[in-house]
Amino acid sequence: MPELAIARSGLPTRLFRSLRLPLNDRFAVFGLLIYLVFVVTALFADQIAPYDPTEILYTEDYDLAADMRPGQEGFILGTTSLGRDVFSQLVYGTRSALLIGVTAAFMVALIGSLVGLVSGYFGGWTDAVLMRLADIAFGIPFLPFVIVLAAFLEPSIWNVVLAMALVLWRDTARVIRSQVLTLRSRGYVDAARVAGSSDAKIILRHIAPNILPLSFLYGSIAIGWAILTEASISFLGFGDPESISWGYMLQDAFASQALAKQAYYWFVPPGLCIILVVSAGFFITRGYENILFPKLGR
Amino acid sequence: MAHLKAALSRTLQLALVLWAVVTILFLMFRLMPGNPMAAYIDPTFTAEQQEALMAQFGLDKPLWEQYVIYLGNLLQGELGQSFRYREPVAERILALLPNTLILTFTSLIIAYAFGILAGAYLAWRRGSAVEKVAIPIVLTTRAMPEFWLGMVLLAIFSFWLGWFPAGGTRSAGSDYGGFWGLYTSPDFLAYLALPALTLAIYSQGLPLLLMRSNMLDVMKEDFVTMARIKGLSTWTVVVRHAARNALLPVMTSFAIAVGYQLQGNVVVETVFSWPGLGRELVRAVSASDYPLAQGAFLLIAVVVILMNLIADLLYSLLDPRVSHA
Repeated sequence: MPELAIARSGLPTRLFRSLRLPLNDRFAVFGLLIYLVFVVTALFADQIAPYDPTEILYTEDYDLAADMRPGQEGFILGTTSLGRDVFSQLVYGTRSALLIGVTAAFMVALIGSLVGLVSGYFGGWTDAVLMRLADIAFGIPFLPFVIVLAAFLEPSIWNVVLAMALVLWRDTARVIRSQVLTLRSRGYVDAARVAGSSDAKIILRHIAPNILPLSFLYGSIAIGWAILTEASISFLGFGDPESISWGYMLQDAFASQALAKQAYYWFVPPGLCIILVVSAGFFITRGYENILFPKLGR
Repeated sequence: MAHLKAALSRTLQLALVLWAVVTILFLMFRLMPGNPMAAYIDPTFTAEQQEALMAQFGLDKPLWEQYVIYLGNLLQGELGQSFRYREPVAERILALLPNTLILTFTSLIIAYAFGILAGAYLAWRRGSAVEKVAIPIVLTTRAMPEFWLGMVLLAIFSFWLGWFPAGGTRSAGSDYGGFWGLYTSPDFLAYLALPALTLAIYSQGLPLLLMRSNMLDVMKEDFVTMARIKGLSTWTVVVRHAARNALLPVMTSFAIAVGYQLQGNVVVETVFSWPGLGRELVRAVSASDYPLAQGAFLLIAVVVILMNLIADLLYSLLDPRVSHA
């Protein structure tokens, strides 16, 4: 009796099911695999990276190991102009990328979904006020806003998360709202209302589960946005100088004349990592679109 | 009439958004930690300069009065004195605006010309091997950090092959005589090539994917089937009937893309030392030149909001089916 089995499974399983991960789409599975590889790398960074990413290294002859080519003296991807190991920086970069990506995406999806739910369900002036706020958020140029914010706050990776939470909920909120508007008038919602369910119960039990995949979709887009934004901000020199991220590596390479030195081994790998993680989000998104909007048939 | 009314109410709505953004900016710069006067007065200004600015922006008055003065000054285009350049902010940012707009429009026109053609082609070749390879590549270009793409192009075409200059807008000591002389000179175009290409590669994905999905929708419509039944050639059906109708939403997305591009410009201008608005914003923030940072941000925000408005109006103008509820 499969129905009973589903009904009896625990909350984590039900939650997992309601995400409706697009496991039958090849692209989406590929994207999820990329995520998996990066998560494992971030968790075991200490074991994978041969050196401390900020340690200044020396050769066996006690010379500074600066600007080593890949493979030279055993450095897999060479070293920076300050004698730091590029490969180790790359490995540790997964940590800040995933940390920022996941927290920012969570914030964006959470705030966006809440605003969308409340706005769509209650309508009236609540809706009017929240949607005008979304209009204002659409009027704020995002990257310049993060830069101006950096002028006042201490350099930290959380600035990007804060700015995203303040501005980027707008897209999610609008989409979730319109979805809630159609759900609100469905028969089973009316039935729940007639049966005496409270607003809170209707929202949490009958509407929220139906928008969860949509929240997750926007969350996976936001992961990419967060990583790209962090890279841009670090590249412009407003990042946290204490933490090693891919954006920091690119800024370091750019400022240390890696382009003129033709040190591709230094600045190409971080860019490729960013592309992989961000496009993984896109691929998952495409898989979701096939599930959520089958008529698109893309 | 309904159109005009809708257009007016949309304009009014966006004017309110602009006012809100201006207010947020005011609060950010006034309530920041430290001396509230730091938003306009640099300690190295002379006593007379400091007093003049105090009076002009009412910095010794209560916050609400400062706010009124701030709005009044804004309406007159008065943004204060830049700390670093010792000249009015408004003059400085307006002088940089043409560089940014030239870069933005050049790259977007290239991106849209390519994206529309390629998108239509991919829709027509639906399900082919070309499509299976092309779509993931396009998605990958959307996932690239723009400045990284700029770095790679710079390393290859400028530092390795030496085909293009590494940054700036013109060779030292060159004089072109006037506006058109500058913007059509081969020297300037050589400086423009790499940053414009970088932004174009990043931006072509949006028109391409939009054009493709619109084409796929339009191809299913009755009038296209009708054209086919009439025995018109594939070329006539695809180009004269389907593509023309699929083009409308793509064109309105151009205005939105200008707004997005202005944000991407910030990093690309920095990579190529392109003297535009975005690079100036970055440099102003690094140097704590608050009036200049405020002015540059405001000008970018104004263009973004204006472009959103143009996109909205164009959309309802070009597609009468859009309701004005």
